[in-house]
Amino acid sequence: MFLLSLVKYKSILDIKTLDIPAHKITSIVGESGSGKTTLLRLLNKLISCDTGDIYYNNILINTIDSIKLRRDVIMLPQSPAIFSGSIKDNLLIGLKYSEKPIVTDDKLNEVLELVHLNKNLSSDADKLSGGEKQRLALARVILLQPEVLLLDEPSSALDEDTEHLIIEALVDYTVANNKTLIMVTHSKKIAAQFSDYIIEIKNGKIISQGEVK
Amino acid sequence: MEGVIDLNLWQMAAAYVFIIILLVIVKLRGISREREILISTIRMTLQLILTGYILVYLFDNMHLVYTIIVIALMEVFAIYNICERSKVKLSKSLKKIIALSMIFGTLSSLLYFLFAVVNISPWYDPRYFIPLAGMLIGNSMTGISLGVNKLVDNMILQKHLVESALMLGATPKQASKQLVDGAFDSAILPTINSMVGMGIVFLPGMMTGQILSGISPITAIEYQIAIMLGILGSVALTVILFVNLGYKTFFNEESQLIQ
Repeated sequence: MFLLSLVKYKSILDIKTLDIPAHKITSIVGESGSGKTTLLRLLNKLISCDTGDIYYNNILINTIDSIKLRRDVIMLPQSPAIFSGSIKDNLLIGLKYSEKPIVTDDKLNEVLELVHLNKNLSSDADKLSGGEKQRLALARVILLQPEVLLLDEPSSALDEDTEHLIIEALVDYTVANNKTLIMVTHSKKIAAQFSDYIIEIKNGKIISQGEVK
Repeated sequence: MEGVIDLNLWQMAAAYVFIIILLVIVKLRGISREREILISTIRMTLQLILTGYILVYLFDNMHLVYTIIVIALMEVFAIYNICERSKVKLSKSLKKIIALSMIFGTLSSLLYFLFAVVNISPWYDPRYFIPLAGMLIGNSMTGISLGVNKLVDNMILQKHLVESALMLGATPKQASKQLVDGAFDSAILPTINSMVGMGIVFLPGMMTGQILSGISPITAIEYQIAIMLGILGSVALTVILFVNLGYKTFFNEESQLIQ
C-alpha cells in the first residue's frame, strides 16, 4: 500500500526503506519524539519529505493531488479538533469536507454506537469530555469510509477498558470492510494484541518492521 | 445663516490650552508621556499647515497628474502603514495581497462614487477627489488592518482547526472558511457600528466641518449619507478581496499549511 524509499524529513525522520501492507492492521510504536506522528503526516501529505520517494498503491505520492489523496487516506490526529455545534454537525462536517453524500440519522447513530458513544445527535459537542471528543472524532473519520485510516494514538484520552473496546471495534470494522488501518500507539501490548504488522521507530529510524507472529 | 468665522492666530493659539492642561495632568500624575504629546501636537500642526498650503496650490492649479500623484502617495502611505502596524511579521506574498486589495478596492469604489454619485466634472477635480479619496482610503486602511491582524492571529492560534479539516479532505478554502469569515466580520464591524451611532451619538467629522463652514445641515447630511455608504462599500470590497486572496498565502501548491 505504502512504500517509502530513502525518505528524509528535516532531522526528524531518516527512513531507508519501509513497506506498509494493504488491508492489514499496522501499528507504529516508539518513544515519544521518535517521529511516529511525522510519518503519519507524510502519508497524509500534510507535509512533504525533503528527499526520497513515497509510493501509494505504486503511484508516487507527489504526483497525486493532495486533496484527492487525503479523501482516500484520512488522518486522525492525537488531539482532534471538535468544531462548534452539535454532535451531528461534527459528523456531517467530515462528509461535507470530503464532498460525500449526506447520510441519515440512523447511519450517524450506528457509527456513534461503533465507537461506544452513547449520546444524542443534537447534544453540544463542546460539552463532551476529552475521551468522548476523541470517540466523536473517530466516528467522524469512520463515517467517511476511507481506504486507509491513519490514527495517531486513537485511544490516548481513554481509560484502559474503553481503549480496548474501541481498538477492537476499529479492528473489526477494518477487517469487515477490507480497509487498511495504520495506527500510532504508545502501547506495545495493544500493538501486539491487535496488529498484523508492527513498525518500530527510534530517533527517526526504523529499527524493526514485520508481521506479528 | 452666518458666514464662516475665520479663526485668527490668537483664537488658534487659545485651542492649544487643551494641550497645556493635558501636559499638566500627566506631569502631576507622573505619567511619562510629555514627549509623545508634544511631538504629536507639533507633527499634527505642521502636517496640517503643510497640507493646507498643498491643497490651496492643487485647487488653484487643477491638473490630472497632480491628482494622480496625490492618490498614489495616499495609497503608498496607507499600505505602508498597514504593514508597519501589523502585530505580527507579514510574509511578502501577504503584503502584495494587501497592496492589491487596497489599490483595487479603494480606487474602484472611489471612481464609482465620483462618476455615479457625485458626478463632477472634471472627475479629477481635487476639491472633491482628494477629500473623498482620503476618507475611503483611511477607513479601508483601518478595516484591512483589523482584517490582517485577525486573519494572521487566527491562522496561528487556530492552526489545529485548519489542519484537522485538511486531514478530513477539505480544500484550503473549506479549511479556512471559518477563519476568513471571522476576519471579515472583525474588519467590517466598526464601520457598521459607527453607522448605527451616527447622528445620535456623534456628528461625523466631514458633516461637522461642512456645517461649521456655513453649508446647510441638510446638504451636509446628504453628503454624509453618501460618503458613509461609499466608505462601507470601499471597506467591504477591500476587506473581502484581502481575506479571499490572503488565506491562500498560508498554503503551498500541495494544499499544505506553510510551517
